[in-house]
Amino acid sequence: MTKLTHLTIKAALEGLKKKEFTASELVGAHIAASESARHLNCYITETFDSARAQAKEADARYAAGKALPLDGIPIAMKDLFCTEGVQTTAASNILRGFVPPYESTVSGKMKADGLISMGKANLDEFAMGSSNTTSAFGNVINPWKRKGDNRDLVPGGSSGGSAAAVAARIAMGATGTDTGGSIRQPAAFCGIAGIKPTYGRCSRFGVVAFASSLDQPGSFARTVEDNALLLRSMAGYDPKDSTSVNVPVPDYAAACGGSIKGLRVGVPKEYRVEGTNAEILALWDKGVEMLKDAGAEIVEVSLPHTKYALETYYVIAPAECSSNLARYDGVRFGQRSAGENLIETYENTRAEGFGREVKRRILIGTYVLSAGYYDAYYNQARRVRKLIWQDFIDAYQKCDVLLTPTAPTPAFAIGENTQDPVTMYLNDIFTIPASMAGMPGMGVPVGLSADGLPLGLQLIGKPFEEETLFKAGHALELAAKFDALPQLLAA
Amino acid sequence: MSIDKDTVGKIARLARIRVSEEDKETLAGELSGILAMVEKLNAVDTKGVAPLTSVVQMKLPMRADVVTDGGIPEKILQNAPEHSAGFFVVPKVVE
Repeated sequence: MTKLTHLTIKAALEGLKKKEFTASELVGAHIAASESARHLNCYITETFDSARAQAKEADARYAAGKALPLDGIPIAMKDLFCTEGVQTTAASNILRGFVPPYESTVSGKMKADGLISMGKANLDEFAMGSSNTTSAFGNVINPWKRKGDNRDLVPGGSSGGSAAAVAARIAMGATGTDTGGSIRQPAAFCGIAGIKPTYGRCSRFGVVAFASSLDQPGSFARTVEDNALLLRSMAGYDPKDSTSVNVPVPDYAAACGGSIKGLRVGVPKEYRVEGTNAEILALWDKGVEMLKDAGAEIVEVSLPHTKYALETYYVIAPAECSSNLARYDGVRFGQRSAGENLIETYENTRAEGFGREVKRRILIGTYVLSAGYYDAYYNQARRVRKLIWQDFIDAYQKCDVLLTPTAPTPAFAIGENTQDPVTMYLNDIFTIPASMAGMPGMGVPVGLSADGLPLGLQLIGKPFEEETLFKAGHALELAAKFDALPQLLAA
Repeated sequence: MSIDKDTVGKIARLARIRVSEEDKETLAGELSGILAMVEKLNAVDTKGVAPLTSVVQMKLPMRADVVTDGGIPEKILQNAPEHSAGFFVVPKVVE
């Protein structure tokens, strides 16, 4: 029998139903695997004891024939989701020790469907980063390594712990959040699949806020269909989030395996940007052929404002971050560093509580929102954002889904790309446009680089048409037959 | 446009983040770099384009203005660095 940790969620659910193994065995196998992979630093807080207890409850339900839809499946919960009674840090010192008295809507829904959290997954501090090297709880290490090179690689970010955990087979799936690529880029770096649904599809209630007009919860898993199972559990209208949209949540798994004959796949010419790795461009061409062979119709489309997306993002996201993070004042929750008076207490608390990248973004956000610059920077960025959004709407007149690379390079070594913040920002060049427009995006692993690292492609869909993404993503997955294992597991 | 040391000091004050003299220098360079990047946006013709406020094409829902939650002061206070008699405690703000 395949090792329990290598099963897909779908196969594990079948095994549990047929009583081939118990949820306790499944969770136990993942705890053992987690313990031997601790050097990857995937979890900030492990919740193995409660996972064991929940597995017992799941087993009782299976025995009674009353199993929940995803009963007994061990997952990793990004430490940006508030979990009642379990420390939630956003990977920041300012929230060290914070124990939420309430549960985020998404994690609550997943729990209600029987999913078992193995722990709170590490991330870039406040989800700001593309390499999981800004966490106050240490770097996450990618389970993949370059051939003949023992250097530790980054898992991508911000949801680096989530992606690394799923790739290292210490969790069957994971939650993530995506503001500018924080699900799709780490999925590509770790050789797994992930989806950022349409903005408004999943509730943001109880998710530590970074940039509220962009933040969106989503999932990671090793297959497209497993993501479909997770997203169905996570998605849905929530009156506690005023931007959550009240539309029915379809059975995404049913879309996996559907024919893509006649599906119009758009290839945006502006994504052929300078500096993109040649292997990734070649893989993109291969992906186009794969979808064509599966019956899709390929059309060239234009998204003319793509070249401004990154710049737009680095005005809007810091602006919203400076506003959202104003709440960390050392008064109501989180760490406090005392000062002579209240103002000094605020200033010391925030100076010591926030890391460098977070402070940088708060400061730039404060600048672009300050009197005299608001219109020139912030409003201009929001106008350009409208044009980016319009580009997608126009492109969707000609196609149903877009195919692009996910990231401009494979995973890089810890310490690379840190010379200046702007080099790091370029990592999200292909994922940010869809974020700016609120469109759903999915990352699918498609191949390996010459030095043995996973490479992924991105599918971008129409608002609330995640089913098309699942259909196309599944077809791409079938054609790509990506089955390589990270070096961590190949031995 | 670049950000100098004094400007860093000013925005750090607005953002309520203490920044050392030495860090001001470094930050001035880094923030100027980011600003130089986003300056590209000025080249885009946005005449007649309304700023996008939400990607969700809907009106924000209204609800009745009634109390739906509350009565949990212990829970609200449980994460406070300092609290007393049901209040958050802060350094003295009035003389």
